[in-house]
Amino acid sequence: MKIGVCIKRVPDTETRIKIGADGKSIDESGVKFVLNPFDEYAVEEALKLKEQAGGEVVVVCLGTEASQETIRTALAMGADSGVLLKASAVPLDPLVVARALAAELEQGAFDMILFGKLAIDDYGQAVGTMVAELLGLPSVSAITRLEVTDNTATAQREVEGALEVVEFSLPAVVTAEKGLNEPRYPALRGIMLAKKKPLEIKEVDLDQGGMEVVELTLPPERKAGRIVGEGPDAVPALVDALRNEAKVV
Amino acid sequence: MTFQGVDYYNVDSMLSDHERAVRDMVRRWVDDEVLPIIKENYLAGTFPRQLIPRMGQLGFFGANLPAEYGCAALDNLSYGLIMQELERGDSGIRSFASVQGALVMYPIYAFGSEDQKRHWLPRMASGEVVGCFGLTEPDYGSDPGGMITTAREDGDSWVLNGSKMWITNGSTASVAIIWAKTGDLGDAKSIRGFVVPTDIPGFTAREQGGKLSLRLSDTSELVLQEVRVPKSAMLPGSSGLRSPIMCLNQARYGIAWGAVGAAVACFDEAVSYAKNRVMFNRPIGGFQLQQSRLADMLTEITKAQLLCLQLGRLKDAGRMTSGQVSLAKRNNVSTAAECARETRRLLGANGILAEYQAMRHLANLESVYTYEGTHDVHTLVLGQEITGLDAFRG
Ligand SMILES: Cc1cc2nc3c(=O)[nH]c(=O)nc-3n(C[C@H](O)[C@H](O)[C@H](O)COP(=O)(O)OP(=O)(O)OC[C@H]3O[C@@H](n4cnc5c(N)ncnc54)[C@H](O)[C@@H]3O)c2cc1C
Repeated sequence: MKIGVCIKRVPDTETRIKIGADGKSIDESGVKFVLNPFDEYAVEEALKLKEQAGGEVVVVCLGTEASQETIRTALAMGADSGVLLKASAVPLDPLVVARALAAELEQGAFDMILFGKLAIDDYGQAVGTMVAELLGLPSVSAITRLEVTDNTATAQREVEGALEVVEFSLPAVVTAEKGLNEPRYPALRGIMLAKKKPLEIKEVDLDQGGMEVVELTLPPERKAGRIVGEGPDAVPALVDALRNEAKVV
Repeated sequence: MTFQGVDYYNVDSMLSDHERAVRDMVRRWVDDEVLPIIKENYLAGTFPRQLIPRMGQLGFFGANLPAEYGCAALDNLSYGLIMQELERGDSGIRSFASVQGALVMYPIYAFGSEDQKRHWLPRMASGEVVGCFGLTEPDYGSDPGGMITTAREDGDSWVLNGSKMWITNGSTASVAIIWAKTGDLGDAKSIRGFVVPTDIPGFTAREQGGKLSLRLSDTSELVLQEVRVPKSAMLPGSSGLRSPIMCLNQARYGIAWGAVGAAVACFDEAVSYAKNRVMFNRPIGGFQLQQSRLADMLTEITKAQLLCLQLGRLKDAGRMTSGQVSLAKRNNVSTAAECARETRRLLGANGILAEYQAMRHLANLESVYTYEGTHDVHTLVLGQEITGLDAFRG
């Protein structure tokens, strides 16, 4: 089975974001970047499929030069090879990204293509499904379970108050939700071996598409909390504050 | 939610991609699997044994030894980063890995026969076999050359007699490296290393209770009474006191790094507490006295980080001297203990609780200060390097 996984380099959730001098981008100095956590689930699932059915796992990343480090992380976890679609910047418009990825994936004859359900930097939640559409493949988004037998697969996704079970044929595109699996740590030996695995770099020339960043601002600072009292006696005051001050109930 | 570390001088930019990847992986593992359980094990005085196979699987044991023996084949700088991150969790976790890798696997690798290496190293790398290192004796600590444990040839066996004290992993281990004299008691050149299975008749281990430091580490006394091992149990390449000292140098190198991890854990705790604890209507971090504490800590941590980085580069280039290791062990452990103490104090009453890390690290670092050559002993090593005069023998 040939499995493709699309991954993205994103700032760590714990990192302190500063806005760049242009007011439209983040200042990357001192920012720690990681493999997008949802993509980690996708990589893990791909590795499990490979362990079960044999084959190979190829990771594809659209990003800047620095994304090589992110690809190496996936290779250290156990993926076999990587492709970097190297761009000077990653456009915000998901369709531009999806087109570039689809053009690459189209040539790969993949049986299964996995994405994270979203990237934690822009929370777009669009690229995976768009790629499926561009390739004309069935797609199931935000899955929490996947089973593959020969040319068909079953995936489970959480919908409001229920579980949806979807059966589909391969090749297909799925996007991974938290809970799909427990991603493995890249073992030390894997990190060393990853240095020698093939990583192909292909330059891509992208337009910015139909979306433009006009301005970036940090969320307003949260005001300090207020303790209204302690124990059961404080409940009326709390309810009052929730109702009249916070206006949430 | 991984720990972000402290990196005032952008030391990160001097690490390679794979070095950072190693550091980040261990850091995350410590966040996920060590910190959530550490307090309970520390208070109970028990080692979290479930972590042993995990550490093996991830490649933490003997990580700088070759892949043909089941090890991760890392460079020494990456190895140092592993120790740093493990000790950010707890010195006892780092001690476990240090003993297994630098004090048991290393001597088997450096002084062992090919058979010994093939037999022991892969099993130890995976954590299936735990080892301990018996050098110190009740009456010979800083002066191990005086040891009175003996090994006598008898037919095709060696017969070992003696006792070893303060042995990390002593009761957990299924194999011990025992250092013993094969000649006269006055002849330190006759010291050899022996690979001794701990279930052999005449071998007993007893955990030393009542420790107020390194509480989750197993520290045991070993007694060897007419322990008979085959000739093949001797490490053929070991020769004199030099051999165990070579092992200690490996371990001290890791300790110099580990101490940085403990210091950084404390500093991080101190900063967040100083910013959040309000007294006299302002965060205590706004008072000059607390700022001075934090400034000193950051300065000393930065120096210790740079020391480690260069020490690691020297070791990878094969140019590290034992004097340089002594300097780094001595400086970094005492720096870490200072950071732990100052953090403990900055935290006020909360600082004495196991809920916070500082006092646990402080207590642990008192052991680290003493083992692997006390602070004083390293002072004298440096003194001798500087003056050419040996303060030990006069
Ligand atoms: C938790 C823990 C784990 C350990 N694990 C191991 C292990 O796994 N294997 C092992 O073999 N050993 C182990 N040790 C033993 C450790 O290496 C020794 O404790 C250490 O070498 C010091 O020996 P000592 O305790 O006998 O102190 P001593 O040598 O009696 O020293 C007492 C004091 O005298 C000072 N002193 C000694 N000589 C001089 C001198 N010439 N000039 C000035 N001052 C001097 C020392 O600095 C110290 O302050 C461990 C110890 C601890 C605490």
